[in-house]
Amino acid sequence: MDQFLTFGIVGLSTAAIYAVIGSGLVLTYTTTGVFNFAHGAAGMLSAFSYWQLTVGWGWPVPIALAVVLLLLAPAFGLLVERFILRPVQALGEAERLVMTVALLSGLIGVARWIWDPNVARPLPAFFDDRPPFHIGPAAVTWHQAITMAVAVAVAITLRLLLYRTRAGAEMRATVDDRALVGLTGADPVRANKAAWILGTQLAALGGILIAPTVTLDAAQLSLLIVSAYTAAVFGRLRSVPLTFIGAVVIGCTESYLTGYLPQNDYLPGLRLAAPALLLFIALLVFPHRRLRGRDRRLAPVPVPTARGTLVFAAATIAFGVVLASVLGEADLITYGPIFSLGIVALSYVPLTGYAGQISLCQLSMAGIGAVVWAHFGAHGQLWALGLAVLVAAVAGALIALPALRLSGVYLALGTAAFAVVLDRWIFTLPAFHVLGVEVALFDQGSVEVTGPSLFGLRLDSGEELMVLAAVCLALASVLVAALRRGRFGRRLIALRDSEAAYATLGGNLLFAKVLVFSLASGIAGLGGALYGMQQRAITPDQFNLIAGLPLFLVAVIGGLGAVGNGLFTGTALIGPTNALITLAPSLQNPVALLPALAGMGLGKNPDGIAAHFRHQWEPLGRDRIARTALLAWLATAWLLRLGDLIDGWTFLGGALVVAVALRTWASARQAPAAEPEIPVEWWGVRRDWRPEDEEVLARGVAAS
Amino acid sequence: MNALLELRGIRAAHERITVLHGVDLSVAAGEVVALLGPNGAGKTTTLRIAAGVHPVDSGQLLLGGRDMTGAVARDLARAGVCMIPEGRGVFPNLSVRDNLLMMTYTGRTRAEIEDIAYTRFPALARRASQPAGTMSGGEQQMLALARGLATDPAVLLLDELSMGLAPLVVARLYEQVAEIARQGVAVLVVEQFAAAVLDIADRAAVLVRGRVERQGHPDDGLRAELSALYLGSSA
Repeated sequence: MDQFLTFGIVGLSTAAIYAVIGSGLVLTYTTTGVFNFAHGAAGMLSAFSYWQLTVGWGWPVPIALAVVLLLLAPAFGLLVERFILRPVQALGEAERLVMTVALLSGLIGVARWIWDPNVARPLPAFFDDRPPFHIGPAAVTWHQAITMAVAVAVAITLRLLLYRTRAGAEMRATVDDRALVGLTGADPVRANKAAWILGTQLAALGGILIAPTVTLDAAQLSLLIVSAYTAAVFGRLRSVPLTFIGAVVIGCTESYLTGYLPQNDYLPGLRLAAPALLLFIALLVFPHRRLRGRDRRLAPVPVPTARGTLVFAAATIAFGVVLASVLGEADLITYGPIFSLGIVALSYVPLTGYAGQISLCQLSMAGIGAVVWAHFGAHGQLWALGLAVLVAAVAGALIALPALRLSGVYLALGTAAFAVVLDRWIFTLPAFHVLGVEVALFDQGSVEVTGPSLFGLRLDSGEELMVLAAVCLALASVLVAALRRGRFGRRLIALRDSEAAYATLGGNLLFAKVLVFSLASGIAGLGGALYGMQQRAITPDQFNLIAGLPLFLVAVIGGLGAVGNGLFTGTALIGPTNALITLAPSLQNPVALLPALAGMGLGKNPDGIAAHFRHQWEPLGRDRIARTALLAWLATAWLLRLGDLIDGWTFLGGALVVAVALRTWASARQAPAAEPEIPVEWWGVRRDWRPEDEEVLARGVAAS
Repeated sequence: MNALLELRGIRAAHERITVLHGVDLSVAAGEVVALLGPNGAGKTTTLRIAAGVHPVDSGQLLLGGRDMTGAVARDLARAGVCMIPEGRGVFPNLSVRDNLLMMTYTGRTRAEIEDIAYTRFPALARRASQPAGTMSGGEQQMLALARGLATDPAVLLLDELSMGLAPLVVARLYEQVAEIARQGVAVLVVEQFAAAVLDIADRAAVLVRGRVERQGHPDDGLRAELSALYLGSSA
């Protein structure tokens, strides 16, 4: 009984922190309509800042607390509101979600840059010099007592603020109808600012309270938010009291699992994964109408031509062959993922671009593909590659079932929870037996991966694997393009546009969602297997939620409707960052922030830049002379490289310079396009109304 | 009569398409002006300009003789302009009480505002704690009107008050509008359902393709002209 009480006190104290952080999430969601994935990261940054002030610089605790809670946190909240979320306020929920995911990724990068992750940073608890007091047989530390008192104070204050003051009503009204708020004499921007300041302060408070009880690590602290997400989902993202109840359920579950979970090799991960599992269950159990996303801004999905797709596929393979022939062995490992991770990114095109299903666990699916290949393809058996795709596809089908109930931010949360369960529990399991068959995953460490045998030829060198990955990316791109052009692609887009309309027209939601999740996961699994082959050995960390965020961000920036997005994402994610690090190794930390910074620029180009990029380079493709000149130059330089007369960097740099020069020349050479034919009903709309139009119309009417 | 709200030569556009080509319109204190016209004539845009929600390309917006051109909605609201937009001007997830609380910017207390609203529309008192979006359409319009009244506005702008409501409810709401005007409020009403508003309007303006084609007392001639506009001329 004593032990039960003790664990109960620990659980309630943890619950209090989750409640504070979770109510901050609820506050920002209720008052701004933004589900802030970076909420935990704001708390993490505050905890690090607090450590810096108190332990690092020796400032007194009250002053450090005041600086963090009253100065840094509000300033951070205002910056986020002004520069990150206001530009995408008018866009859809998905874009706002991407901005907060970018912020999460960026803040982890910033924290790792400022505070070396290899240095331990213990943070003392509040009043840790005073002995604990007792409630019955259970000892309660002053830190635990303060934490619980703070949570109660936060609950009461928030309730009063939101439901008893005009400021609270103003904040909630801003989410309901932003335009109407202006008509009632209020200022929606001011209401949003207030909400972000308060939300960030609550995250900071939670971060500071939890930091002494855990390791001060950027990713770990940011992911503690999963527990707060769960609490907030218990509160249906609206109710502060229900969020508190959710926090108590999670805090106590975690604590009692620590105390009473049987000791064996398989269950420690379950405790770590418990909040994510509870989140998954909460998303499934709560009434489904209230958990649907709200608005969605639907970008058009281009239809690729058959010829264009084939040219693109050929160019992808050629790019792979050229890269494989000019890069050294070490560079092949570094840049190989251009194609394999490109395949993983391509899986977002049918899933998110066509079907509108946001998933944050595609890299986890790649992990499943990689691990299946590692174990079953150890001798290069090609069928194992099919098995890797199949197992990943089955895992994808499992996620499709909750996706039937969820959309938008809730689906993103569900898939993030799935990824965390894999990271923290499933991928860490030792080998086990199912129906007499031994299932081994990462063997609690790393697994060696080898290349496949193709027609008796073992593909194991960096060059061969890069070309194989390029061929697979080209084939997968052709498959996705065919999907877009076919009936299923049209069905997916109909599903994205309106699930209700799709169902009433006889579409089968279950079938469509299961199929698209399976297809996307299968593609990701293939990418993962190839990625594993290129890396030679894989660990669970390479496939965790945080590692997958930059991939998701760059894929969204590229434009999820474009078939070329796989190659674009792979190249943009792997190419410039590694090239910059090679040129200037000291830039490693700022370079890690690039995907996040690019994600934050989404507001400027919400439809993606892959299509824009293609449009920019079209003049070069259309101009026969420029095109021939470029190909001739590339062939010559390639021969020079093969003959070792120039090095790989000269070849690639030269190719880029010549291509840009020829594109500029081709653009200048092409005559300005003639005015496109505009149908008569669009006169005065797509172009200005002209005085002579009236006469043209009159003559047309008279003639008919 | 001196105009309380005046629009002079207003030109405005939706993106590149000009929809108002020099609208001149005025409303005096205590007067109800009905702004009528076919779909796409620019009625709602005119109202939105008067409320500061839509930008003006050229022309002037005067409030009590003061040039308020370019003022944002918040400033115009604080200067006494109250707009009830098309399709229930309420916050659906806020309770009736919280919707009324939003009007305390006028300096009135929450209790005073609730008193005004519940006296005029007793049905709202019974639903004080209910989210506004769960009430019937008529009750939501009552709440919107009550919010308008509680601010003690100088100018009331109403957009399609009758939308989706039963004729009896519409008639009752327009009685309230006439009562508000009698207290000295300048009321500008945009309405597709012209018959509903012409009974209480002092003046009607007919907007066609972004221009006020005719203004005057809502007599039989104007009604006939409106019929021709909506249904096509028999001539």
